Amino acid sequence: MVTTAMFVAAVYFLLPVAWLAISATKSASDLSTTFGLWFSGNHLGTNLHDTVTFGDGLYLRWLANSALYSVVGAAAATLLSAMAGYALAKYTFRGRSVTFSAILAGVLVPPTALAVPLFLMLAGVGMTNTVWSVLLPSTISPFGVYLARVYAAASVPDEILEAGRIDGAGDVRMFYTVSLRLMAPALITIFLFQFVAIWNNFLLPLVMLTSDRLYPVTLGLYTLNTQITRDPDLKAIVVTGSLLSIIPLILAFLALQRFWRTGLAAGAVKD
Amino acid sequence: MVVAASQTVAGAPPRPRVARRRRANGSTRAAWLLLAPFLLGFAVFYVAPIVVAVVKSFTAVTRTSTYGRPVEVFAGLANYTAALGDAGFTGSVGRVLLFGVVQIPVMLGLALVLALALDSAVVRLRRFFRLAFFLPYAVPGVIAAVMWGFFYAPNLSPVNQLLDPLGLHPDLLSGSVILYSIANIVTWTFTGYNMLILYSSLQAIPPQLYEAARLDGASGWAIAWRIKVPIIAPSLVLTGVFSIIGTFQLFTEPQVMAGVSSAVSSSYTPSMAAYAQISAQNYGLGAAMSVLVTLLIAVLSWLFFRITRARAAL
Repeated sequence: MVTTAMFVAAVYFLLPVAWLAISATKSASDLSTTFGLWFSGNHLGTNLHDTVTFGDGLYLRWLANSALYSVVGAAAATLLSAMAGYALAKYTFRGRSVTFSAILAGVLVPPTALAVPLFLMLAGVGMTNTVWSVLLPSTISPFGVYLARVYAAASVPDEILEAGRIDGAGDVRMFYTVSLRLMAPALITIFLFQFVAIWNNFLLPLVMLTSDRLYPVTLGLYTLNTQITRDPDLKAIVVTGSLLSIIPLILAFLALQRFWRTGLAAGAVKD
Repeated sequence: MVVAASQTVAGAPPRPRVARRRRANGSTRAAWLLLAPFLLGFAVFYVAPIVVAVVKSFTAVTRTSTYGRPVEVFAGLANYTAALGDAGFTGSVGRVLLFGVVQIPVMLGLALVLALALDSAVVRLRRFFRLAFFLPYAVPGVIAAVMWGFFYAPNLSPVNQLLDPLGLHPDLLSGSVILYSIANIVTWTFTGYNMLILYSSLQAIPPQLYEAARLDGASGWAIAWRIKVPIIAPSLVLTGVFSIIGTFQLFTEPQVMAGVSSAVSSSYTPSMAAYAQISAQNYGLGAAMSVLVTLLIAVLSWLFFRITRARAAL
């Protein structure tokens, strides 16, 4: 009985994605005239072609932008978080708890409250509508620092640091050669969290960017979706583009799910 | 968090006083060096925007004459009284409150039941189910909303195509149900994520705990509700706080829905209301709305912590 209930739940979670995959094989006219949960004619090739050639490859450009913002932003965020979290976990110094509390308070600040004042600030220095306006804010993750602090405390033994110091290794060298490697599984989790957060971010690029050449794929598909009433043929591109855009994330999840789960657990057992 | 406390000093072998002090000074410098890049970014991209928002919320723009230069002036609490007197804004706060009261218990209840079911030994295909439930989290909010928007659209919806022969023509985008249609999108996206947090903490419980209960004749249900749920209560509180924060920040899904449903106004949620004011260059009013929402989130999260902590202590 439990298994049956689980199947019902699985159908609920999978059905919209199945609908999307089926719809991506239909022509724009078949979309509204045929039953949504079954196939009718194969237009997948045409749809894929229309999607990647749309606006002289604008869609592919959006995908590449998303990849750039997410990969570079998450990598930088992971390194900055690891350094800060490690410092907070492994050193005793005056101001440590105040610093940590301030960073933790940052977790509670809604990004929606930050995006707009950030726009005003960056507009003041002429940096809006640039790659930097989306990339730079994405490199700061208070939650990443929190996770890094938990992991550093758990996975970097003081004995190793002490041994390294006796051998004469400097603090910075110790961090890059020893501690960073010990923290590696945790760093993958922080990277994934931030990668997904940036990939899914909608408000920041919406506020910052005016040129559609700089859009991430989410913002690009959103603007196309708003034009569907004027141009119904866009429907097939929005559907196919949506399906294409979630494939990289699903693959990343499948490849890294072991680390992903460990990370969730560590985040959940705080206190 | 207690575990995280450093033991660098306590674990060190005894050393001459002077050497230890030099060591400590060097360590302090290293710690700040490691913290510096993050703290710099934190100051620019977190602290400064908050300061800007608070400052802006106390200012208004006036012009010396119709075509004169705009001048920013101190406006006292005018923006705050304007925000609180704006029916669109206060209505949006009421709307997300209703949304949260309905959606959060449904989502967390479902996440808890699914996590318990996954954790119980009877379920086969555990890996498949875990992936199936978690899959929606890989779908960005915008894409999820676009997708469900098609799913709801009366001329496209497979739901309507199935109900049509029965003479039923529900409009899932109409004013009376759109809030619940949006709630469904949020539930669909985040249930699996919350389930995974709860499932991870269930997996961390040592199985020996259940054996004693089983010897005493406790059923699977009793073990689930009397042992498992109380133990993972801190995780439930955590998911609860995340959900409250998320609800009050609701922006993406209703913003996408506004494109396909006339029932979603530009001030449908507090975040949308603030965004709309700022798009119209009413920076002071928009900032005041943002500050008010942030304060409300902080107060509600704190209240939720207090209430759940008090309950847990009983």
